[in-house]
Amino acid sequence: MDLNNLASLNFFYPEIVLTATILVLIVVDLLVRGHRALATVALIGCLGALVTTFDLYSAQPGWLFHRMIVLDNFSLFFKVLALVAAILTIWMSLGSNEIGQVHQGEYYTLLLTSTLGMFFMASSSNLLTAYLSLELVSLTSYALTGFLPHNRRSSEAALKYLIYGGVASGTMIYGMSWIFGMTGSLDYAAIHQALAQEQMGKVALFMALIFIMAGFGYKIVFVPFHMWSPDVYEGAPTPFTAFLSVASNAAGLAIMMRFFFPGISRAVAGGDWAFVSGVEWPHVILFLSMITMTLGNLSALNQKNLKRMLAYSGIAHAGYMLMGLAVLTNDGLSAILFYTVVYLIMNVGAFLVVLMIANATGDEDIDSYRGLAWRGAVIPAACFAVFLFSLTGLPPFAGFIGKFFLFAAVLKEGGIFVILALVAIVNTVISLYYYAKVVKTMFLDDPSPSDKAIALGANNFALLIPLTALTIILGIYFSPLVQYTTQSLRFFVK
Amino acid sequence: MENVLTYMTFIPLAGMVAVLLLPSKSHELIRWVSAAFTVPPLLMAVWLYANFDSTQAGFQFIEKEPWIPAYNIQYFVGVDGVSISMVLLTALLCFLCIFASWGIEKAVKGYFALFLLLDTGMMGVFVALDFFLFYIFWEVMLLPMYFLIGIWGGPRREYAAIKFFLYTLFGSVLMLLAILALYFTSEPNTFDMTVLMAQADRYGTQPLPFWPLNELGWGFQHAVWMALFIGFAIKIPAFPFHTWLPDAHVEAPTAISVILAGVLLKMGTYGILRINYPMLPVATADLAYWFLGALGAWNIIYGALCAMAQKDLKKLVAYSSVSHMGYVMLGMASFTTQGINGAVLQMFNHGTITGMLFLLVGVVYDRAHHRDIDGFGGLAAIMPLYTGVTALAFFASMGLPGLSGFISEVLVLLGSWQKFPVLAILGASGVVLTAGYLLWTIQRMYLGPTNEKYKTLPEINAREMFTLVPLGVIVIVLGVYPALVLDLLRASLDQLNQTIIPHLSL
Repeated sequence: MDLNNLASLNFFYPEIVLTATILVLIVVDLLVRGHRALATVALIGCLGALVTTFDLYSAQPGWLFHRMIVLDNFSLFFKVLALVAAILTIWMSLGSNEIGQVHQGEYYTLLLTSTLGMFFMASSSNLLTAYLSLELVSLTSYALTGFLPHNRRSSEAALKYLIYGGVASGTMIYGMSWIFGMTGSLDYAAIHQALAQEQMGKVALFMALIFIMAGFGYKIVFVPFHMWSPDVYEGAPTPFTAFLSVASNAAGLAIMMRFFFPGISRAVAGGDWAFVSGVEWPHVILFLSMITMTLGNLSALNQKNLKRMLAYSGIAHAGYMLMGLAVLTNDGLSAILFYTVVYLIMNVGAFLVVLMIANATGDEDIDSYRGLAWRGAVIPAACFAVFLFSLTGLPPFAGFIGKFFLFAAVLKEGGIFVILALVAIVNTVISLYYYAKVVKTMFLDDPSPSDKAIALGANNFALLIPLTALTIILGIYFSPLVQYTTQSLRFFVK
Repeated sequence: MENVLTYMTFIPLAGMVAVLLLPSKSHELIRWVSAAFTVPPLLMAVWLYANFDSTQAGFQFIEKEPWIPAYNIQYFVGVDGVSISMVLLTALLCFLCIFASWGIEKAVKGYFALFLLLDTGMMGVFVALDFFLFYIFWEVMLLPMYFLIGIWGGPRREYAAIKFFLYTLFGSVLMLLAILALYFTSEPNTFDMTVLMAQADRYGTQPLPFWPLNELGWGFQHAVWMALFIGFAIKIPAFPFHTWLPDAHVEAPTAISVILAGVLLKMGTYGILRINYPMLPVATADLAYWFLGALGAWNIIYGALCAMAQKDLKKLVAYSSVSHMGYVMLGMASFTTQGINGAVLQMFNHGTITGMLFLLVGVVYDRAHHRDIDGFGGLAAIMPLYTGVTALAFFASMGLPGLSGFISEVLVLLGSWQKFPVLAILGASGVVLTAGYLLWTIQRMYLGPTNEKYKTLPEINAREMFTLVPLGVIVIVLGVYPALVLDLLRASLDQLNQTIIPHLSL
């Protein structure tokens, strides 16, 4: 299926709904004062988009808008993920004191625009749309990072983010121009064909791919493109940090997986992929994966600020997810999809607790969590413990199953990948130390007399409890999710 | 009774939910409810004991349900001679430890909820026959243990708790790799332990093609064996992985020390018997025979010498555990009928005896608020009943004939003498060392002039006696008539031995 502009619109409802919501939000912001109305509109828009997205599962996969974007299960999966993240973020924003101080209309508008950008990231099948969608997400992210008025941290973070982002996307588009020069096309399918037929200069192709990886890597946050993340996580408003950590990371994975797998690699029998021979790209990923998880975990060990710690933990998790890319199998890819879902649940949950406590104490330092369980916040503390242990990868929590599939995919390949698995294992143990340190602070330390009792609003509980329940349930009964992620691993190529 | 093992495993979990629903102020109610939820597993354990067919070597009381069919993961439980004694021990100790925890006053609700969760995890480990299920239960134990040591422990509890956690997690993630390796080499891919055992001879012995494994002649199964072994050795704890144990034991509250020593340590040796032995017989024959035996002998001597140097009574008991678990390893490594039966019997006996010892330490600590061996003296005159029970436990621990410890240690030494006399002699010398430090402790604490400071210490009370008497009775009965437990084990252990012996290169 290769549709023209008008025919494509029939399969474009989620994006249309989102765009309409964005426009409505601008108007509503002019007419209505108040937080809730805007959030409600945004929520309804997202839910509408979600429904129309699910509706598209029955449609035939194919190219839309003259092969600019593609409709397949893979893109739908990441669209659903982005929408769920957006919905959770909007809900979190409702209960956040930080967000209460900012310009509401602009905040929700930018948030949904970012979500829209992620839609295109998940479905672009052309280097041009890939670049444009990535920039759409980036630009809105810069603005949202610096959204807290009169907050030096927030502004500094935004500036850092902007500079790193600019460099990364510049590098990426430079790499894309090499690809264009070598293959004469921006279209993934055409690039694929050109690579299969002609003898390319291997070194040039390799260099081009490395350049392109800079752009993707800065979205997924792997080393060496990770430097911005701790500052941005710390400075940005907490609900947006949560959004950034899960949705932007997932969208980056989506764009990278589509470009490197159906785009460049060849599917061979038995669910494996073969890369252009002579270009040792998988080994680069293998190496990056090891470095990323090790560096993330080691840097997280001594963090005092919880959001900063979660930023480094996010880097480590990006490293874990790269394991699935390095093995070049469908097992690895579906393990990544599974992990993104699980990571979404537990990481949003963790940030939600951070937000709840920051609402009450105005502080995000680990020290301010001292004896939390004995200060009237035993339920958030227990939920936080569940999220943190799940992030470590302990059963019976969902994070374990996610890691289990990644390890399984890696070990199935055997050979040099066993070393990757061993590195990942050592990392798991290292990560336990800093996650457990937070748990220790909450449960094992006695509160000092100066620590006040925590008063908690009921709003956030409505979100906290389901997220915790899901983290546990998906650790015990995960068949439906596995089925969903396996089905989502269907690319439309031709 | 259908599904008896499932009930035994999950009734404590139901108890946890019940405890969580109770108001947190009503401490007494919480304690009784928790106690009530450990009674059915105990009764079922008695029923299990009565109905277990000891002539049969295979698994009994099997329950098998598909859980995650896409990955061939099942809910699969059952017991055989290797696990039944551990199941009985777990049910008994969990019941008694609820009463030993009666004095806990801090966050009572949380304590008992976590304790019951721990109970479920331990029971699950011993009955699980699906590797995935086994791993889940194995890790489920970790979290409550971390909190139980970390929140209700002694002054250095945080350090002890995180040390325990990190050590064990390191071992268990290695185990996870091994599990996956076994999964992907089985045909069809499965976590079913019985299938993995049946396919044990499919791995071959081709050395792996990279250094240093090619030099050592290690094949795939040797590497997997080692990964599993390190995971289990940390739990046992075998030298050099034992350093978490003294810290954890000393800081943990009394009941948790009992559970740690009584049940958790056994999981290491149980895992080796359940997994390493039948699933990787060739590697076991190559690696376990001398290596495990020597490690066991070293554990015996090293643990005993460390115990001798301790000033803290609880630390002394902790190191005596290191020493006594050495007998289990020594017996297991001999691949003789006496050796392996003695090893499993020793696992059971150590659970009851060390359980008693930790309870007794708790009794004196609750009264004097310290455990310094040299700080007492003449306790026999002040607390005669307490001293009597202590003497019983000490004598059982040093292997006095007529008490249960004697039988298992003699069996282990008999078994190992047939294969490696040197190690047997070293092991036997451990008995002397044990007698040395225990008698010396009795002399310093209970005999001699009475310490004026402790003239008024109250005698052991009824609740404390209630926790000690059942264990004491078992110690005496098994010392006189060990067949009560040995009969359960024999068939399965003989079969286990037979899978290894053909591969031994003698």
